[in-house]
Amino acid sequence: MSPARKKKTNTEDYMRMYRQMVRIRTFEDNANQLYLSAKMPGLTHMYSGEEAVAVGICDALKTTDKITSTHRGHGHCVAKGAEFKQMFCELLGKEEGYCRGKGGSMHIADQSHGNLGANAIVGGSMGIATGAALSARMLGSDDVTVCFFGDGATAQGLMYEVMNMAALWKLPVIYVCENNGYSEYTATAEIAAGSITARAEAFGIEAHQIDGQDVLGVNALTQKLVERCRKGEGPFFMELMTYRYHGHHVGDINREYYRSKQEERDWKENRDPIIRFRSWLVAEGIATEDEIEAMNAEIKKDAAEAVEYALSAKYPVPSEVDMHVFADVAHVLA
Amino acid sequence: MREITLSQAVNEALAEEMRRDETVFIIGEDVAEAGTPFKVLSGLVEEFGTQRVIDTPISEPGFMGLAVGAAMTGTRPVVDLMFGDFLFLVMDQLCNQAAKIHYMSGGKLNVPLVVRTNLGATRRSAAQHSQSLHALVAHIPGLKVALPSSAYEAKGLMKTAIRDNNPVVIFEDKLMYNDKAPVPEEEYLIPLGEANVLREGSDITLIGTSSMVQVCQKAAGLLAHERISAEVIDPRTIVPLDEAALLKSAKKTSRVIVVDEGHQSFGITGEIASRINEKAFYHLDGPVLRMGAMDVPVPFSPALEDLTVPTPEGVAEKARKLVAGEMIHAA
Repeated sequence: MSPARKKKTNTEDYMRMYRQMVRIRTFEDNANQLYLSAKMPGLTHMYSGEEAVAVGICDALKTTDKITSTHRGHGHCVAKGAEFKQMFCELLGKEEGYCRGKGGSMHIADQSHGNLGANAIVGGSMGIATGAALSARMLGSDDVTVCFFGDGATAQGLMYEVMNMAALWKLPVIYVCENNGYSEYTATAEIAAGSITARAEAFGIEAHQIDGQDVLGVNALTQKLVERCRKGEGPFFMELMTYRYHGHHVGDINREYYRSKQEERDWKENRDPIIRFRSWLVAEGIATEDEIEAMNAEIKKDAAEAVEYALSAKYPVPSEVDMHVFADVAHVLA
Repeated sequence: MREITLSQAVNEALAEEMRRDETVFIIGEDVAEAGTPFKVLSGLVEEFGTQRVIDTPISEPGFMGLAVGAAMTGTRPVVDLMFGDFLFLVMDQLCNQAAKIHYMSGGKLNVPLVVRTNLGATRRSAAQHSQSLHALVAHIPGLKVALPSSAYEAKGLMKTAIRDNNPVVIFEDKLMYNDKAPVPEEEYLIPLGEANVLREGSDITLIGTSSMVQVCQKAAGLLAHERISAEVIDPRTIVPLDEAALLKSAKKTSRVIVVDEGHQSFGITGEIASRINEKAFYHLDGPVLRMGAMDVPVPFSPALEDLTVPTPEGVAEKARKLVAGEMIHAA
């Protein structure tokens, strides 16, 4: 940990970030259980292992700042301020979900906290994020947009088109590449030639590659870049080196053909962002083991209650099916 | 009433809406000083500046995506897609993103944007600058689709589309930019989903869209010399579609030909014909006939290109046969 972070001030900030990281991990553990017990329709993509990225970044944003998220989006959603109950309802296709059950895991959007939505097209939200930054400037707001995407999305052409425009027009957008080492079932080294940060640098965009498992490092850098974005110095690019504990999705169980169990064990045991941050909090005297255990238990209980709630919540009624096809049209097929 | 060109009508609609609502802006290739290759937007950048008439690099998916994000966050972009053929480049952003965001978010997010683009062959521009691709977007729930057939429609539909809280794709006929029509000085809007009966008739209904409305009008004129009374209807928008107006006319005349410049197979003509067959079957004296563009890529040579698009003579010929009862076993 760098000296700047050793101050024992900002205890609330540290504990809020720790709490959010544990909330993400706990949410994902429950989502995985819902899948394994066949209670959840469809599949989902776990964010476990990458918590320091979403939390370190979103904690540096205000509510009106926007994010765009990915198919692996639960972490971003929680980190930007979403509640367990509406999130689990959405995962189970229930009416009380953030999207009334119409989006599901891959399309969770919580616009009340500035989350413009997860996206099931890899790289599909890069235009949306850049456009949100354009409209913020047109409307005279100082909102910043963070565009989350994975290493796999750097192979999509859209990224280069929108980074070019963002750089030309100095838009307040931060492109955040979560490099978890795998593009679905393929190692990043096999799909990405050259350096990832160099892609942004080619457009004159300042790019940083940092350890994505160090929440305070991520947060410190993001705070600086967000402030500079607000002053018109954007766009920026961040590549965060992180790891995905689960497979591409919850059904991707046997994955030794593309990565070893030893590698997974190494990241989980030696580089886990939550264990790492927890040790630091205790070592610095910011929290005691007991306080942390109590917080973890409370989050576990919250999640269990939210899951129970969502399991017994109502599905949307059939007449909902042709609602929200168009704004201002109650039922398009009526 | 004064007459202005379709190009001037679109320009006026944009200027009026941009004066009315400062969140409306135009984004696309060569829209500012160049005013587009068809010069439709000339003068707008001088009035509204480069922050609201935004020239982009040649990056159709990129600026389409930007427009979607901007629309979701409080502005009303008008995307200028230079040729309808470039729709294939923006399909993900338009059809996977813009069209579905309101639905996928359970009604929480809106995407109030307009894509203005064009259609129409016989301009000697070959296969990648001549297509009429409105059926592609009409197929996707969540997109409204307007097909103005004159300067009057172009202005009224554009103004309504800009105020609509949904994505609307407007296809202008690029051969019609210099065609004049009466357009009132005072403000007016044309609702989306309201067909226009251009000519009343009793023997046959000719349903024409966009560039084919004039073709149907001319065909109706030819038929009149033979004492065949043709009714001509322009749906003006295909999503939403004024089904009631089309059915009413079909029931009245008992014979229908649908004429549209999109490829005939799997297109607008088939959709409209099918709806009439399903809902007015017992009123019909013959099959509803389709006339679309020939199912071939648009050829360059004028000798070939002109064969691919319905003509007034061709429509009149089919109408004559339908009225004479010769088309009952057309298949």
